[in-house]
Amino acid sequence: MATITTTEAGAETGGGGRRLVDTVLRARELSILAALIVLVVVTTAANSSFLSQQGVKDIFLNASILALLAVGQTMVVITRNIDLSVGSVVGLVAFASGKFVLGHDRNIVLVLILGMAIGAVCGLVNGVLVSFFRVPALVVTLGTLYVIQGLDYYWAHGQQINAADVPNSLLELGSGSVLGIPYLPLITVVVMLAVGYYLRSYPSGREFYAIGSNPDAARLAGLSIRRRILTAYACSGILAGLAGVLWLARFGTVVADAAHGWELRVVAAVVVGGVAIVGGLGTVYGAALGALLLTTIGSVLVVLKVNSFWQDAISGLLLLLAISVDRLLSLRVTRALRRRNVRHGA
Amino acid sequence: MAPDAPVKTSSPGALPNPVTRLVRWDVIVTALLIVVFAGGALGTPDFATSDNLSFALDDLSEIALIALPMTLLVVAAEVDLSVASVLGLSSALLGALWDAGWAIETIIPLLIIVGAIAGLVNGLLVTRLGLPSLAVTIGTLTLYRGLAYVVLGTKAVAQFPQNYADLATKTVPGTPIPYPFALFIVAAIVTAVVLHATGAGRAIFATGAQEEAAFFAGIRVKRIKLLLFVVSGVVSAFAGAIYTLRYGSARADNGLGLELAVIAAVLLGGVDFDGGRGTLGGVVAGVLLIGLLRNLLMLRDVATEIQSIVTGLLLIVSVLTPRIIAGVREARRHPRGSISASSQ
Repeated sequence: MATITTTEAGAETGGGGRRLVDTVLRARELSILAALIVLVVVTTAANSSFLSQQGVKDIFLNASILALLAVGQTMVVITRNIDLSVGSVVGLVAFASGKFVLGHDRNIVLVLILGMAIGAVCGLVNGVLVSFFRVPALVVTLGTLYVIQGLDYYWAHGQQINAADVPNSLLELGSGSVLGIPYLPLITVVVMLAVGYYLRSYPSGREFYAIGSNPDAARLAGLSIRRRILTAYACSGILAGLAGVLWLARFGTVVADAAHGWELRVVAAVVVGGVAIVGGLGTVYGAALGALLLTTIGSVLVVLKVNSFWQDAISGLLLLLAISVDRLLSLRVTRALRRRNVRHGA
Repeated sequence: MAPDAPVKTSSPGALPNPVTRLVRWDVIVTALLIVVFAGGALGTPDFATSDNLSFALDDLSEIALIALPMTLLVVAAEVDLSVASVLGLSSALLGALWDAGWAIETIIPLLIIVGAIAGLVNGLLVTRLGLPSLAVTIGTLTLYRGLAYVVLGTKAVAQFPQNYADLATKTVPGTPIPYPFALFIVAAIVTAVVLHATGAGRAIFATGAQEEAAFFAGIRVKRIKLLLFVVSGVVSAFAGAIYTLRYGSARADNGLGLELAVIAAVLLGGVDFDGGRGTLGGVVAGVLLIGLLRNLLMLRDVATEIQSIVTGLLLIVSVLTPRIIAGVREARRHPRGSISASSQ
């Protein structure tokens, strides 16, 4: 895939390099899409009920929350940071909004705002610690993971939110649909497109990539690194907050350890989606597709009646396969670029 | 405990971050440890009893053991998130094979081989393909845990021979130190010597501080990393056997989430996550601090949830304090100078 484009890249070295990289990135998303399609076709051939309306709807519903978190995580990861606290933010917000609506008929917008506000606070704490004190992101967010999770457990103290106590308007958000499209995936797609458009088409959005791919150069270029990193964490927190409310809307029943351990699932989705963990590379579309792929694999294994004990092993194997193929591909691109630069004396 | 020389020799000017040279976090953690211990002994009657301390130490065994290779890996600027899954896989294998009538004496060497293979897979993916270890080990974390379920399902196997169960729970005669923790002490001494007093240790520091420079200095960077991943796998698998015998129950989900606790202990011990800096003494102090603090909170009937909060706060404070102190010093030295230009 990579080598095809090298032949046509004679015109202008800089633009050609960009185009080549763009092509590969797009190829990256296309290859996830291709993998998805192959997976769906093969599974449908084996079991025709897989593509039933309900089956497809379930996959999209299940993938939306993960994809939403993956979009937020992408913003953080492209700045060469990481946010491990997202899982615990989802848990905290799901429980907090559950407590908030308990027995009341709250306005749904109010619930969403509250959830996102809690998420924003968590994200800002991470962001301030990482950007202003320049402490390693992994340590900070591992710390806040524990703190937020502890607060959540302490507050919940074994209590549980039951679907019966959640107002119907909120549950409707989790199960209802408009024009046949369920709300959850709709929200995720809107968020994904908005963030994707911002990152790609706004100068400030592109700064996220600049910061991640070369922090020193970004600093010398006078980019407002602190503000961008703070923004990335705030967005990740807000989206985790939104995901928390949606979690409550989707499941109705919430115990304190909702989304426990999701931080690594989210990072896995992002990595499968072609976002480089070392920063500077990747798109929110890829990350969301990664989340969709991971979720679909889970459903496929169920439909194909693969022993459920094999599911984790296969998911892990596919994750390793995805990052290995991606790496081999990018190594080839680098080699191709270098060869061409030598030819053009650049 | 650990000599401080390697910290200075590790990166002469390689990373222009003066923070850990100005403030020795491992010293602060050790002081904190003493304060917690003294405070506990004075304020909580049941704390300083030999029964309680040996319980607290035994409870810490696996985290402590795995923290040793994790320290070496983090110093070499890598990380292994799959350790708890290797522990679980090892536990599941132990259960399944014991159930099938194998002898423990045969199973344990086999577990160690499996651990070595698990580490080798991590190491090869990281060193041969040049993949980031964070991504690789998130993958193998899922894979190895999955294999644990493949091996044992959701069954639990119990009824292990008494003499082995005793080894995992009884204390060394005449001391309050449980056998697994005694093993940790020996292993910690060996690791400290390797890391701080041998050429291999200096090579690990150099690798983590500036991989390229280390490579051109003739250090076999990739081989070191590969070896460290293998050691990490072996120790995690062995910890799986201890865990299983200690609780008397082999389960595929044993040690779920333990990887974050291990990393928390290592980072609390002052090891720089960017590699190239840290002391094993600091890690030992960090491990003990987390363990004793949790035990103390438990004795004082503080909700277990608070322990999680305390761990998290400690972790944040442990990275924040040295930076703030360094920032203040920097500001004093150059009242109007820009901090941003000086580091990273």
